Amino acid sequence: MKYWIIILAALKRKKWRTGLTISSLVIAFLLFGLLRSVAVIFTEDVDLSGDDRLVVASKYSIIDSMPISYLQRIKGIEGVEIVAHQDWFGGTYIDRANFFPKWPVPPKEFLDIYEEFKISDQHKEAFISTRTGMIAGQKIIDRFGWKIGDRIPIIGDIYFLNDGTNLWEFDLVGTFIDSENPGNEDQVFLNYKYFDEAREEMRRGVVGNFIVKLSDKNDGPRVAKEIDAMFANSMDETKTSTEKAYQQMFASQIGDIGFIMNAILAAVFFTILLVTGNTMSQSIRERTSELAVFKTIGFSDMTVMNLVLIESLVLCIIGALLGLGITALMMPALSEMVSVSLGEISLDVSVILSGLGIAIITAFISGFPPALGAMRLKVVDALKKD
Amino acid sequence: MSEILVDVKNLSKEYKRGGETLIVLDDLNLEIPKQDFLALMGPSGSGKSTLLNLIGGLDTPSSGSVSINGERIDQMNSKQLSNWRAGNVGFIFQFYNLLPVLTAQKNIELPLLLTNLSSSERKKHVETALSIVGLSDRSGHKPSELSGGQQQRVAIARALVSDPDILVCDEPTGDLDRNTATDILNLLKSLNEDHGKTILMVTHDPAAADSAKRSLHLDKGKLTT
Ligand SMILES: Nc1ncnc2c1ncn2[C@@H]1O[C@H](COP(=O)(O)OP(=O)(O)O)[C@@H](O)[C@H]1O
Ligand SMILES: [Mg+2]
Repeated sequence: MKYWIIILAALKRKKWRTGLTISSLVIAFLLFGLLRSVAVIFTEDVDLSGDDRLVVASKYSIIDSMPISYLQRIKGIEGVEIVAHQDWFGGTYIDRANFFPKWPVPPKEFLDIYEEFKISDQHKEAFISTRTGMIAGQKIIDRFGWKIGDRIPIIGDIYFLNDGTNLWEFDLVGTFIDSENPGNEDQVFLNYKYFDEAREEMRRGVVGNFIVKLSDKNDGPRVAKEIDAMFANSMDETKTSTEKAYQQMFASQIGDIGFIMNAILAAVFFTILLVTGNTMSQSIRERTSELAVFKTIGFSDMTVMNLVLIESLVLCIIGALLGLGITALMMPALSEMVSVSLGEISLDVSVILSGLGIAIITAFISGFPPALGAMRLKVVDALKKD
Repeated sequence: MSEILVDVKNLSKEYKRGGETLIVLDDLNLEIPKQDFLALMGPSGSGKSTLLNLIGGLDTPSSGSVSINGERIDQMNSKQLSNWRAGNVGFIFQFYNLLPVLTAQKNIELPLLLTNLSSSERKKHVETALSIVGLSDRSGHKPSELSGGQQQRVAIARALVSDPDILVCDEPTGDLDRNTATDILNLLKSLNEDHGKTILMVTHDPAAADSAKRSLHLDKGKLTT
């Protein structure tokens, strides 16, 4: 496009100002790219499974535990088919950057409930029969290059061995895949029996959550009520909900984070709108006589308006591309940084596209007032003073 | 030589300011034949620029008509006027208004961006215009690297490049010293005599007016010889 030279001339006129404006746009889009990439995590993989599963948690706090003895009593309730349980182990494999969830579970019951975790009979059998057994999702295996038979060291941070040391060792006896939710392959399961016997004596005999498989999912509300009633006046009261509702509770807490992020981004872009708008207005005001010359030599009002809009667009698109580009470059490092608490992240195409969308909207909103002024500019008035 | 290029009839231009009406041009008539070089003189504020802008299609009259080459430009809308200006008239002002970041060559090329000429054709036209104004060796210079007289030559080349019939010049030497002014006036003279351009030039400098073929005075809205 032959008008390109005019756009470029306009942007090059005050290189410093153009540079500063683009820099603020770059920072805004960098922030956008990073925050949106993190936010994507919160919205994915929320509902994993059917609601024929109930989660029994401690009534007052999700980090409180319950006695393992509840298991037998829950099992006795009519309509309950299988009961398993899980704990949050925490812990570090070699480096904190290698984060992945580690859950002590009862191998047989747990795998019977989570049928979506595909595991060979041989591996399942090994997990059940190996006291120090561990199974890992395929993603973890690929990530660390583990092989069956490897002895995996984990440094405990929540749980210590009874002798006060914290170097746990588990034997990798199997792997599983979950083709519908590959995100689930990013975790490992440990044999609860060994975990419980090896940890500090004081802390034995309790679990974080129970997972209850129902024979008929229509029984959910009744069974949940019966469980909570059963432990109503005990030391450890329970709160039973469907797995979905339990996850939703997490999601809603996380939803607040999403809201905060969006609020931050809105503030950032409001500022950017002011910065870009100011740059554009100032730049147009300074170039009044130049614009008048364009009109004098035959550029129509419309063409002049479009030139100003395109100038604004170029400014914003350059800012967005650079900002998102830097985001992409930073992503591996960032992913490593947040993987401890959030798992891996990447720059999604949807984030790039919405970033470019925002760039275009910003360009038009901030470019429109000066563009309109440029369109309405009358040559005879503009050339009068000087 | 006697063919009429600019035909102004009963032209009035007034401005309303508050309750008052300021009559700048009052029922004015003017004919400019092809290849004329007319100097327009008059006291400051007499309406010289206003008349020039009306003839150049930058402004529209309150009443009366302006025909250029038989076309009624007073009846055109803003878009039609833009188009018309692009092909039919070249403007030269006291201030050169060149784009500071562009070279002389690129500044001169700007009007041609509105045409369908290919980039090599545009380049040829620009070279011709540069050689007419005697700046072929300065094509790559930016305005800041040129003297005032050279910048005005670039502005003249920009006005010439689309080969218009008429050049309107509003105090083209107003910002230049005597010697440079003489050079520019000689250039305009040669454009008139050697390249057949019809020139309408506003000036308050009697010496500048001497370069023209004839001159008219504008005072109190009327033209006198
Ligand atoms: N847009 C306008 N609004 C009001 N008055 C104007 C406007 N433009 C020009 N004038 C007035 O018209 C008169 C003629 O102006 P101008 O043509 O610029 O004079 P000259 O070029 O002869 O010095 C002046 O009195 C000026 O104040
Ligand atoms: Mg004037």
